[in-house]
Amino acid sequence: MNYKSYFLVILKKLWAAVTDLIPIILVVVFFQTVVIQQPFPQIGEVIFGILLVIVGLMLFIEGLEMGLFPIGESMAYALAKKGSLFWLMVFSFMLGFSTTIAEPALIAIAKEASVISSGAGLIDDNQKETYAMGLRLTVAFSVGLAIVIGVLRILKGWPLHYLIIGGYLLVMLMTVIAPKAIIGLAYDAGGVTTSTITVPLVTALGIGLATVIKGRSPLLDGFGLIAFASLLPMIFVMAYGLFWF
Amino acid sequence: MTDYFTDFALILFYTLRDVLPILVLIVSFQIFVLKQPIPHLKRVIIGGVYVVLGLALFLLGLEKALFPVGEIMASQLSDPSFIGSTGTELTNWKSYYWIYIFAALIGFSTTIAEPSLIAVAIKANEVSGGTVNPWGLRITVAIGVAFALALGTFRIVTGTPLYIYIMVGYIIVIIQTFFAPKKLIALAYDSGGVTTSTVTVPIVAALGLGLSSAVPGRNPAIDGFGLIAFASLFPIIAVLGYTQFMNMKKRIIKN
Repeated sequence: MNYKSYFLVILKKLWAAVTDLIPIILVVVFFQTVVIQQPFPQIGEVIFGILLVIVGLMLFIEGLEMGLFPIGESMAYALAKKGSLFWLMVFSFMLGFSTTIAEPALIAIAKEASVISSGAGLIDDNQKETYAMGLRLTVAFSVGLAIVIGVLRILKGWPLHYLIIGGYLLVMLMTVIAPKAIIGLAYDAGGVTTSTITVPLVTALGIGLATVIKGRSPLLDGFGLIAFASLLPMIFVMAYGLFWF
Repeated sequence: MTDYFTDFALILFYTLRDVLPILVLIVSFQIFVLKQPIPHLKRVIIGGVYVVLGLALFLLGLEKALFPVGEIMASQLSDPSFIGSTGTELTNWKSYYWIYIFAALIGFSTTIAEPSLIAVAIKANEVSGGTVNPWGLRITVAIGVAFALALGTFRIVTGTPLYIYIMVGYIIVIIQTFFAPKKLIALAYDSGGVTTSTVTVPIVAALGLGLSSAVPGRNPAIDGFGLIAFASLFPIIAVLGYTQFMNMKKRIIKN
């Protein structure tokens, strides 16, 4: 690859990161000029921050596509073909766990949650770090477990909706037991876990498995892993709340 | 400026720690289980450096831009002088209508532009054999998320318990599941997770937390979270509903 085409690729990635932000910028600018009619506070710092977000996202996604995604996909495929159930389970768990621990949205939410909880006097000020890390470990563990269950489902051909409805019932049950202060965060944890890193790798695993196993259709059985990965964290974070508060 | 550098160095260190598990996983599986050398090692290493640097920059920018934007918008739109009022209007949920509109617009615009939703819409079109129109689906989901966030901010303002809304949502999903075309169920469940992107999550979370600390009588620890939960539940209902609607339309045309 020569430098000119490399430059073009970088521009393209930058543009992709910009388009992620454009809808938000448009809405905020509209509100600031038409509705609030006042200059935006701390505008300089925010613009600098937005530039960091754009460059950061671009590098992050470019790096994932260069290294992690191809390896993750080929490994999922190789393991599915190898046919060792034990290693497939270990890999599935580790994949869910390790991608969730590095998930940017989860890092952000865990930190915010620890600040809010210590502000409300629910935890000690010096326990903030432990609380945030514990939260991330809990979510990562539950996503790992979710992927294992999801992979087992694909292997055995269990119907997805019974498992999901069972999960919903568990969420309802936990809601009754769990402390009030954790419920909102726990429900949010479901949506937070499945963004930049986890979705592509996990989808690749599901589709790869459904392709390799006889009698499974990638379109029908390959999906559903993300659904588990959004459901189990809710249950586990509520349990985490029981432990802390 | 030195502040930024110490911040960045610290974040860089934490990021390295965060990315380490993925690295260990891939290297150990490749060497011990699959017993093969890592393909394109040089590319992978460069990619890894990009990931760490990019994540660190993103997290730094997040604290300087995304969180503040959500919080500032919440505090501006719930400011007594903006609402133009005295104490009694601050507790009236109708005074906060700009917040609902803002939340709905953020929900709609970010969802319509979300790349993973586009991918899901195209796949849904394939699976359904053309019954599901990709654009129709994207607009349906975007309206679903817009409504979800408006309802979510309304919930924060009124302080009604989150679980009631979510339970009702679950019951709707369960009922829909029995009537929806079986082929599309897994896809619909997955679409709940894909609508909340890395950029949207922090802004929406900060909006909820800022709003709950601005409205009198609300506690951020109890009322602040929950917006993302709304935004992950409504797309499922929207996708299931859309496929049911398209199926019904098809049947009516046939008769």
